[in-house]
Amino acid sequence: MAAVISLFKQAPPVKEEWSACLAGLGQSRDKSEYGRLFQHFAPRVKAYIIRMGMTPANAEELAQEALLSVWRKAHMFDPAKANASTWIFRLARNLCIDRLRREKIQFYELEAEEPDPDDHHAGEHAVLATRMAESIRTLPEAQAQVLYLSYYEGRSHSEIAQAIGIPLGSVKSRLRLGFEKLKQVWGESS
Amino acid sequence: MNIRHHLDDATLMVYAAGSLSEGMSLLVASHIDRCAHCQQRMRQAEAVGGALLEELAPVALAPDALDQVLALLETNAGSPEMQTPVRVRSQDADIPMPLAQYLNKPLDELDWRTLVPGVRQLDLRLGGPGATRLLRIAPGLSVPHHSHRGNELTLILRGSYSDELGRFQAGDVADLDEQISHQPISDSGEDCICLIATDAPLRFSGLMVRLVQPFIGL
Repeated sequence: MAAVISLFKQAPPVKEEWSACLAGLGQSRDKSEYGRLFQHFAPRVKAYIIRMGMTPANAEELAQEALLSVWRKAHMFDPAKANASTWIFRLARNLCIDRLRREKIQFYELEAEEPDPDDHHAGEHAVLATRMAESIRTLPEAQAQVLYLSYYEGRSHSEIAQAIGIPLGSVKSRLRLGFEKLKQVWGESS
Repeated sequence: MNIRHHLDDATLMVYAAGSLSEGMSLLVASHIDRCAHCQQRMRQAEAVGGALLEELAPVALAPDALDQVLALLETNAGSPEMQTPVRVRSQDADIPMPLAQYLNKPLDELDWRTLVPGVRQLDLRLGGPGATRLLRIAPGLSVPHHSHRGNELTLILRGSYSDELGRFQAGDVADLDEQISHQPISDSGEDCICLIATDAPLRFSGLMVRLVQPFIGL
């Protein structure tokens, strides 16, 4: 146990720091804080956009656009509702769909003033994010594969079924099993 | 709203991942709009996306990328975005908010087309490999027995139906795939109106229905 604690002291979970940084940015509009966020997230967002099927040149442009959007929307970030990574993932995902498919996909949004039973302190989100990352790393290969194809490449159930040569039903049951494990991070079993 | 039938985890995940078609996303958003249970699971599925973003091996941007973006921050391009998500006022209490953006009239005044006596439909014409339509079934009538090549999502907007899987009422969603063959029967005193989104054409069991299928457009 002592070893675990000292490990965390050396390498503190960074997720809470990024959420605090993003929330602060909404108020301060501080460019050096923004620069720190940019250096961490822009290369990840670019990697995500390339996986979603953009050419590297377009991905560069879109990643810059996504990060500009982070600056423009930072005041809407609520650390009680999500951590910074999840918020930026949603932003990058919506931008990709808009650009790649030219479709207007509707994503459910809670009204800002609406109380959300799922609100957590930023600190809780950080713990959840750390546990989630660990949980993803321990997923069986078959479940991790469908998760990656879905989240990183934007493929539908039937496209995944075709890509790895298994029936549609197996794709869905692998996704369900994976999600079941990851949901345990929130302390629920079903 | 007392919702008993929810979205499959596998559907919520691809929705959160952004891989569902426009029609299926519309249906999912319309269900989630009224379902606290699925709202919470949606958050969790998006948090999976956030964790996966952190796991990606970073790809370096152009050396001057940060400078380019910093130069934009003080211009119009960098001005804060106003928090005004356009919330269209629904024309009809039975139309969930996301769907209201696609319909300009209450359900009863829509331009329904008769498929067979007692069964009417309205195709939302969203494109993509599947179809997205509203179906309106008179009390006591049923849709022909069918299975699916891909996924079929059905959201009940008004009335109810029963099939091999149970009874589905307003707000409930039936999340089915090719393993399920069913024959829904509209089973309350009013028309059963539902939103249906598929990612592949339906597959009907009877020869007669297969013959007329191209004509009725199901």
